[in-house]
Amino acid sequence: MRLDVHSLTQRFGNTTVLDGLHLTTGDVQSLVLVGPSGGGKSTLLRILAGLDVPVAGRITFDGTLLPNDETALRAYRKTVGTVFQAYNLFPHLSALDNLLLPLIHVHGLSPAQALARAQEPLERFQLSAHAHKRPAELSGGQKQRIAIVRAMVVQPRCLFLDEPTSALDPEMTAEVLEMISELKLLGTHFVLVTHEMSFAKRVADEVAFIDDGRVLAHGSAAEIFDRCDVPRVKAFFAFL
Amino acid sequence: MSRRLAHILVVAVFAALIALAFSRVDYTWNWAGVWEYRQKFVQGWLTTVGLSLAALLASSLIGSVAALLLQSSQPLLEAVGRVYVELIRGTPLLVQLLIGFYVIASAVGLENRFVVGVLVLSLFSGAYMAEIFRGGLAAIPKTQIDAARAIGLSPLQTLRFVILPQAVRLVLPPVAGQLVSLVKDSSLLSVIAISEFTLNAQEVNSFTYSTLESYLPLAVGYLILTLPLSALSRWLEARFLYET
Repeated sequence: MRLDVHSLTQRFGNTTVLDGLHLTTGDVQSLVLVGPSGGGKSTLLRILAGLDVPVAGRITFDGTLLPNDETALRAYRKTVGTVFQAYNLFPHLSALDNLLLPLIHVHGLSPAQALARAQEPLERFQLSAHAHKRPAELSGGQKQRIAIVRAMVVQPRCLFLDEPTSALDPEMTAEVLEMISELKLLGTHFVLVTHEMSFAKRVADEVAFIDDGRVLAHGSAAEIFDRCDVPRVKAFFAFL
Repeated sequence: MSRRLAHILVVAVFAALIALAFSRVDYTWNWAGVWEYRQKFVQGWLTTVGLSLAALLASSLIGSVAALLLQSSQPLLEAVGRVYVELIRGTPLLVQLLIGFYVIASAVGLENRFVVGVLVLSLFSGAYMAEIFRGGLAAIPKTQIDAARAIGLSPLQTLRFVILPQAVRLVLPPVAGQLVSLVKDSSLLSVIAISEFTLNAQEVNSFTYSTLESYLPLAVGYLILTLPLSALSRWLEARFLYET
C-alpha cells in the first residue's frame, strides 16, 4: 500500500492536534506510527480509518483520494479494518456473533457462508474454544485477538491498529503482538500505532515518528530507531 | 432458604400483621352487601385492563418519539421534546385530565371519554418513558458507536444491532416500574367519569356504606394486573442478562 498524507490538519475546539502533517510512504506492507502520547498518532489513525474527517488536508490511499462525506466514508470503512485500544467488542454478542455481524449485515454473506468464513481465523489463532463466550468471559488478550479477527475476517485491504496492547499486561501483550507478527507473515497490510518499540522495529517496513501534530522523522525502522539524529526523536528513545 | 420459600414467608408475615391490625379495629364486616355488586367490580376491572393495555402501547410509542426529539440536534425539535416532558412531568395528572377532557377535547369535538382518557394517560406516562429511553440510549458508550461505524454498519443498523439490544437491558426495570404506575394512575380517569375499576368501587361504597369491603377488592384487582407486569420484566431482564 501507498499512503500520501498532505497538509493534514485536525482541531478539537481550540486544540490543534494535527498541524499540517505530511507523510508519503513507499509501497509498504506495514507502517508503524510512534511518538509521545498526545502527539497526534491516534488522531491520524482515526482519519486514515475513515472514522473522523480532518478540518483540512487530504489523504490518498493507493492513489485514491479519501472522501469527506459520511456515505462515501462508510463505503470506504467497509474495505478496511480497525482495531481499538479498548477492543470495543459488542458486549451483548458472543465472540462468534461479533464476527458474524459485519459478515452478514455489512458484507451480505449468508449465515452459513459467514460461519465458514469466521471459523478459519478462529482456528488459526486458537480462539475456537472461546467462540461462544461473551466478551466479559474473555481475558484482555483474548478480547483483543477476537477484535483483530473481527477487523480482518471481512478481508480488508488494510488494518488500522490503535495501540492494541496498551490496555494489556505483558503476557497478554506478547500474545497479541505474536498474532500481529503472524498477520505480517500472512501478508496483511497494516498501520499500527504502538509504544512497543522493539516490536515496532521488528515488524515495521516504515516508521513515522509523530509529535506536536507533525511527522518529525520518517524512514525504515533502522533509520528511525538507530540512526535518527533529530534531537526530539533521540531524546524520546533515550528514555526507553 | 430458597427464594420462593423466603417470598412465601415474607408475604405470610405481612398478611399476619395486617390481619392483626384489622382485628383490633371495631368494624362490622358486610361482605354480603358488596357481593351483590360483584358484576360492577368485574366490569370496572375489565375496563381498567383495556385502558391500561391501550395506554401501555400508546405511551411506549409516544415515549420513543419523544426520546428521539430529546436527542435531536435540531434545536426546535429538541425544544418540543423538552417542553413536553417538563410540562407533563411538572403538573398533576388530575389537572391534565380535567383540562384535556373539558377544554382541549371539547374544543376539538372529541367526545369519547375512553379515547380522551387513554390519550391523556399515554401523554402523561410517555413523558416519563421518554426520559427513561433517553437515559438508556445515552448510557451506551461512544466507543460502541465507533466500533459499529468501523465495521461499516449504517446508523440504522447501529441502532438495531448495537444500541437497542444494550439499551433494552438498561431500561427494562424502570420501564416496568413506569408501567405499574400507569396501571394505578388509570384510577384517576374516574374524574372524567370513565367507568373504570376505581369509579365502580367508589359507587359500590356509596351504595352499601361498606368502605373496606369496597376498597379491599380494588387493591387485589390492581395487584392482579401489576404483579404479572413485574414478573414479565424480571423474566425479560434475565433473558437479556449478560455481564459487561
